[in-house]
Amino acid sequence: MKARGMLGIRIRLAELKDARWYSYALRILFGGAVTVLTGVVAKYYGPSMGGLFLAFPAILPASMTLIERHEKQKKRRVGLDGRREAHAVASVDAAGASIGAIGLAAFGLVVWRHMPVGATWEVLTGATAAWAGMALVLWMARKTIIKMRIAKRTGSVARAE
Amino acid sequence: MEWVIRFLVGGLMVAGFSAIGDVLKPKSFAGLFGGAPSVALATLLLTVSKHGHEYAAMEGRSMIAGAAGFFVYAFVVSWLMMRNRVETYVVTSGSMVVWFAIAFGLWAVWLR
Repeated sequence: MKARGMLGIRIRLAELKDARWYSYALRILFGGAVTVLTGVVAKYYGPSMGGLFLAFPAILPASMTLIERHEKQKKRRVGLDGRREAHAVASVDAAGASIGAIGLAAFGLVVWRHMPVGATWEVLTGATAAWAGMALVLWMARKTIIKMRIAKRTGSVARAE
Repeated sequence: MEWVIRFLVGGLMVAGFSAIGDVLKPKSFAGLFGGAPSVALATLLLTVSKHGHEYAAMEGRSMIAGAAGFFVYAFVVSWLMMRNRVETYVVTSGSMVVWFAIAFGLWAVWLR
């Protein structure tokens, strides 16, 4: 099933069928381990140090390795080496994560400023909205800048579209 | 028991956000979910119930330093992946030193 929305964002539910069970097992393992690690660090070194690990890139190495392997397999099925393309796709994924990281700072800021005075669910909902809003705006800005650069290079806006 | 709950909540939250990222295109947009607040949501939900709001707020403040480290780390990884033929796991694990340097550096000058 495919759905295409505004901004060229698409949803492909078929990707879930293609996903291997071990990729989710790995994510649960890494995610669970980092959440436990955060708790352990906070317990022994205090919340000031433990909080650092709320934005630890634990899952990124595993997910990028899986993305690279998936892309290579796709290309090899049609007789190509695929190493270069797989690297490029993984690189784009990391670029997206760097934008998400700026959103994480917005999340932390909302929690820091509002948690002492607000209700838990309100603060966490607001912080998640701040993450999503910040990430979306920055992603759109990046996309626009890339389009403008391509248009400038080729001398045509249509090509960039 | 508390640690088992922590492990399960964190793991499921991370897997959930990853699944959202998996079904989204283009890849640059899906990548945003690699920087999703999954561990933060799981941890803060449990932290507030056990230690209270002030404790969680302190963790939120430190999270900003961690996020700065995450941003630089992901930027460096993206740059290296585009320009090198080195295996992904080598780049992603080798660059982890960047996160530690930025996060703990900011902690030392700002939060200690």
